[in-house]
Parts: sequence; C-alpha cells; structure tokens
Amino acid sequence: MKSEMLQKHHIHINQKWCKGCGICVAFCPKKVLVLEKGKAKAENMEDCIACRMCEYRCPDFAIEIEVAK
Amino acid sequence: MKTTEYLREDKLPHIWCPGCGNGIVISNIIRAVDALNLKRENTVIVSGIGCSSRAAGYMNFDTLHTTHGRAIPFATGIKMANPDLNVIVISGDGDATAIGGNHFIHASRRNLDLTLIVVNNNIYGMTSGQYSPLTPTGKIATTAPYGNIDRPFDLCELAEAAGATYVARGSVYHVQQLKRYVERGIQNKGFSVIEALSICPTYFGRKNKMGSPVKMLEGIRDNAVIYNGKNKEEGKDKFLIGEFKNEPDREYTESYQKIIDSLKEGK
Ligand SMILES: Cc1ncc(C[n+]2csc(CCOP(=O)(O)OP(=O)(O)O)c2C)c(N)n1
Ligand code: SF4
Ligand code: SF4
Repeated sequence: MKSEMLQKHHIHINQKWCKGCGICVAFCPKKVLVLEKGKAKAENMEDCIACRMCEYRCPDFAIEIEVAK
Repeated sequence: MKTTEYLREDKLPHIWCPGCGNGIVISNIIRAVDALNLKRENTVIVSGIGCSSRAAGYMNFDTLHTTHGRAIPFATGIKMANPDLNVIVISGDGDATAIGGNHFIHASRRNLDLTLIVVNNNIYGMTSGQYSPLTPTGKIATTAPYGNIDRPFDLCELAEAAGATYVARGSVYHVQQLKRYVERGIQNKGFSVIEALSICPTYFGRKNKMGSPVKMLEGIRDNAVIYNGKNKEEGKDKFLIGEFKNEPDREYTESYQKIIDSLKEGK
C-alpha cells in the first residue's frame, strides 16, 4: 500500500512480449526493476524518475512509462 | 507517444532472440519518426534481408522487405518515382557492406535523399554467424574459427569518403543519441548514414564469449568514446559515438527535376 501511495509514475510491462533479457533491470538508474520468473517486474516504482531508459532500451517493445501529471 | 502505435501488433512478439539489439534500434527509429511528425502515409520503410531487415515486417508504414543487399536500389526507385516520400532504409552490416557494398558507396556518391540505418551487430546473424566486412579483426565467426584475419571497414569513414552528406554513429546503449541522429539524418536532404552499433548475443556474443545481452551492452558503454570533433585518435582501439558529418550538398532528385524542368521550358 505504501508504495502505491508514493508512486509517481506508472510502468506498463507487456508480459506477453517480454523475453526476460534483463536489460531494463541492469540499466535502470534507480534499481526499480527486477526479473521474476523470467519476466521484468517493477518492484519499487516510488523510486522511478521516469527517465524512460528501460522503455528506450527494451528490445521487445514491452515497456511503456506513463508519467504522472 | 506510444511505440506500439507504429507497429503491426498482430505480428508481435517478434522472432528476434532475447536481448537482440534489433528491437532497440527499431523503437528509436520510431521515436525519431514520431518526433519529426512524419506522416505515416508519406513515409516508406525499405529493408534488405537479414534478422535486422525483418524490421520492415513489424513496422506499420508502407514497407518493402526486399532481397539481400538490394534495399538501397529498391529505395532509389521509390524516391525517384516520388521524391516527396520520406524513404528510410534499414539494413544489416552484411546487407549494407558485403553484398550491398557497391550500392552503399554509390548512393553515398549520388547524395540521393534516403536515410540509411545500418544495424551493425558485427556478424551475419540470420545465417548463423559468418563474418561480415564490419567484423573486427581477431573475432571469431563460423567462417573464421581461428579469428578473423580481415580488417573491417569503418562504416562512417567509408560513408564520408564516398560522399554521404550526413554521417553519425549511435548504439543500442546510446539510445538518445541514436534517436537524435536518425532525426537529423531524416532532416538532411541528401544521403544520410546512421550506424547503429548493435548486439547479436546469439551468434557474435556466444562465439566470442561475450556473455549476456547486459554484458554486451556494458561492453558498448565501456568501449565508446564520445566524439567531440577532435578526438578521433582516442577512438582508435575503441569506437566513436557521435556525428561525423552534416554538410548538405546538391541532392540527386532535385538535380534530376531541374533537367526535366529545363527540357520542358525548352519545348
Ligand atoms: C542473394 C543472397 N545471398 C545470400 C543470402 C543468405 N543470407 C541471408 S541473410 C544474410 C546475412 C545477414 O547478415 P546481416 O545483413 O549482417 O544481417 P543480420 O542478420 O546480422 O541482422 C545472408 C548471407 C540471401 N538471402 N540472398
Ligand atoms: S523510467 Fe527510468 S527510473 Fe523508471 S523504471 Fe524505467 S529506467 Fe528505472
Ligand atoms: S541471431 Fe542475432 S541478430 Fe538474429 S535475432 Fe538472434 S540475436 Fe538478433
């Protein structure tokens, strides 16, 4: 619940397209993402700064960041 | 902006291997097209044959997936027939510099208004890892099991020397630069070459024991020298990321139109 309240931005991860390469996880400057069962997952979105590097480097078009207004 | 709006979603997920750089290059080409507000009905994507060339099949524009090495000739035909179209060519390092090498230098020489993005993964991915003219010396390939004895082209230097008027190199790590260079390449009225340094974890990576896609991206990050106009030497054993040339010059379809106009007037 805590993280929901603090969450500024949203991440949409298309689980059907994600192939679990781990690029988004490795290069997120805020360590927001993890791999779980071979798929990317956001663990602490409250730290996300919406830099979109995960989206821009995803080889599978599977990530989209929605910036909080 | 949603990348997926520019994709044929019914064709996804794509067939590329986990961590393959092709998708990263495509999504940043799409970002550039979106940033320039190019009309979809006015924009044509042309590709050759190779893993990277399958991009045309996933992109929701008018697209042409042609034959190996011949993307530029097909694109030339499209542009000559209708110079108002934005014509973007996506090609692999093998496609553009081995079988298609002659088309590459002559399109550069003519300065025809095309934007060529070469996805350079240093290898023939689709056919399982033969060396290409961009495979570095010493690297292992199916056809170079003891290490490549060839010396590679520097694609950007080749393009510059052959006469391309916009030349830049980005990478699948340097995605912001890559997007910006594609944008500027499209804006240049002339032949633009953008090398997108990419990764093929399955063949180039595995054969050369380079580890995971993440390790390969770290390799690009750690071996890149950001070009500042005077540090070409520093890039010698590494590689330069940057814009090397932006010198607009007389464009081919315009010269052609001038001839048509002058002959009409002469009647
Ligand atoms: C005329 C012709 N010769 C050879 C081939 C076999 N072939 C298919 S793709 C390819 C090379 C692909 O390498 P590259 O262009 O670097 O693209 P990548 O797959 O690495 O993205 C070759 C030799 C072909 N399809 N057509
Ligand atoms: S937008 Fe930036 S900070 Fe947020 S999850 Fe993606 S890479 Fe991490
Ligand atoms: S073989 Fe290489 S270039 Fe082809 S899809 Fe796999 S990783 Fe990408």
